[in-house]
Amino acid sequence: MTGPAVLVTGADRYLGGRLAARLTADARVARVVTAATDDLLRPAGDGRSKIAEMLADDQVCTVVHLAIGASASRTGSRAELKERNVIGTMRLLAECQRSPHVRRVVVKSAAAAYGASIRDPAIFTEDTELRAVPRGDYTKDVLDAEGYVRGFARRRPDVEVTTLRLAPLIGPKADTAMSRYFALPVAPTVLGFDPRVQFLHIDDAVDVLHHATVREHATTGHRHGPDVLNVAGPGALPLSMAIRRAGRTALPVPEPALRALVTLGSVDFSRDQLDFLRYGRVMDVRRLSDAYGITPLPTSEAFDAVFGGRKDP
Amino acid sequence: MSLEDALGKVIGIVERRLAGDYEVDEFGFDKELTEDVVAPVLRPLYRKWFRVEMHGLENVPDTGSALIVGNHSGAIAMDAAMLQLGLLDDHPARRHLRLLGADFVFKTPLLGEYARKTGATLACTPDAERLLSSGHLVGVFPEGFKGVGKPVWERYRLQRFGRGGFVQAALKTGAPIIPVSIVGAEEIYPIIGDIKPLARLLGLPYFPVTPTFPWLGPFGAVPLPSKWHIRFGEPIDTKEYAEHADDPMEIFNLADQVKETIQGMIHELLEKRGGAFQP
Repeated sequence: MTGPAVLVTGADRYLGGRLAARLTADARVARVVTAATDDLLRPAGDGRSKIAEMLADDQVCTVVHLAIGASASRTGSRAELKERNVIGTMRLLAECQRSPHVRRVVVKSAAAAYGASIRDPAIFTEDTELRAVPRGDYTKDVLDAEGYVRGFARRRPDVEVTTLRLAPLIGPKADTAMSRYFALPVAPTVLGFDPRVQFLHIDDAVDVLHHATVREHATTGHRHGPDVLNVAGPGALPLSMAIRRAGRTALPVPEPALRALVTLGSVDFSRDQLDFLRYGRVMDVRRLSDAYGITPLPTSEAFDAVFGGRKDP
Repeated sequence: MSLEDALGKVIGIVERRLAGDYEVDEFGFDKELTEDVVAPVLRPLYRKWFRVEMHGLENVPDTGSALIVGNHSGAIAMDAAMLQLGLLDDHPARRHLRLLGADFVFKTPLLGEYARKTGATLACTPDAERLLSSGHLVGVFPEGFKGVGKPVWERYRLQRFGRGGFVQAALKTGAPIIPVSIVGAEEIYPIIGDIKPLARLLGLPYFPVTPTFPWLGPFGAVPLPSKWHIRFGEPIDTKEYAEHADDPMEIFNLADQVKETIQGMIHELLEKRGGAFQP
């Protein structure tokens, strides 16, 4: 058990599992160490954290942090989720900062970092200056986590830090917030609004994360902060069109009624989700294409590939 | 087109739309809906009701980007819709005008949805520059609500032109600025009052009172059939100003020049038209 290793957090989830498997099969990676989402908060026997133990024992040089989750309804209470998202990220980065081996950190963030508002541009680039302050619990988690990542990148300029802002994931087997929404018998929408939505096929998410993990180290010397990249299927779909293509029926509901609903089955209608259902969120992905040479499947095609089959009853 | 063909076309459209089988761009512009559903509804207003006459269409390029800057009036943005339809129907290249709208438009249920689907987006620099740098024809009314909500006795007097952000977007992308004057929209809903408390209550920028609205209820909302003229002025080449894109004084001067040009064309058109309700 010698040589450099990659640590994948959140490997107990579908995306994490897929990425860990892909990295294991990659000859450029000597060893893959996986941490479950809860490991981030778990102390080991001798007073060290479980993560510290993993980082030291396996001399991990690349950390891929996927354990920032969106869905409150599936993973227990909101407080638990926040604990994992924010405190988990903070502790992971604190351990990375102490580790002499870590050379690269890749963090899975989310498009939610841009919020969703009428006051902001229709298409977000990595440099967009937001006019509205994003709101909502999950969005705040994402912004807090990104804040810690920036702080870490400043304190350890020798470590290559990449923040990937992923669009909502869809995939044939993946259980994601979006797949649960489109599995509802009728899809609630906000009356009078038809937001533009954008998706990322989970295969593309794995490709991009894989590339971010194993690509050659950049040769530039001093860095000022993390590289931020939007990751999404180019283009957008109006929600109404997506619902029709998925063979579902839209149920327009006045916004106050949806606000009172909060959750429907396993789909949550928190404030950020409601903003999203009104104004949508679309990212520009040119920087990703330029930097990695990967362009994900366009949103429209990705959606058809995953949900198109439902058209026939 | 025979009745059967027309019916077949309508059925085709309905089928495609129910299946979600149509295209929209990243801004949410729905070309099919705009051309085959919205345009046929607006066309009778354009041709029969307002009898719109277009002038200077040769000043609008067949391809490539340009920023069309116009005067705004008429309580609701009917002028924007007519300008859009005019460029689609009467311009030889059938151009789609991508409008820049205020926050209020996109905040409002249904209105925001309509605006996005017919090609509009938020009036902000990133969106304007993105559209202009990808070869679109972009339309903006710098007066905003000051223009549409002004009382009838101030008709055809241009209001303040904001901060001139539109000029900056044109300079940065090298798109020519084409001034356009719209005459006729001022008379469709002559605003004689503004019920401010009601506007505040409803979250509107103003609550218009016209000789017929709100007194006659829905009938009061029928626009008066004024005669319209729309004239495009000569394009202003912004390339020679490109180095001044960050100079507020240059921006202001250019914005002022555009405003004066529009105002001048309005006076000419008014003189030519004579009475507002002639055939």
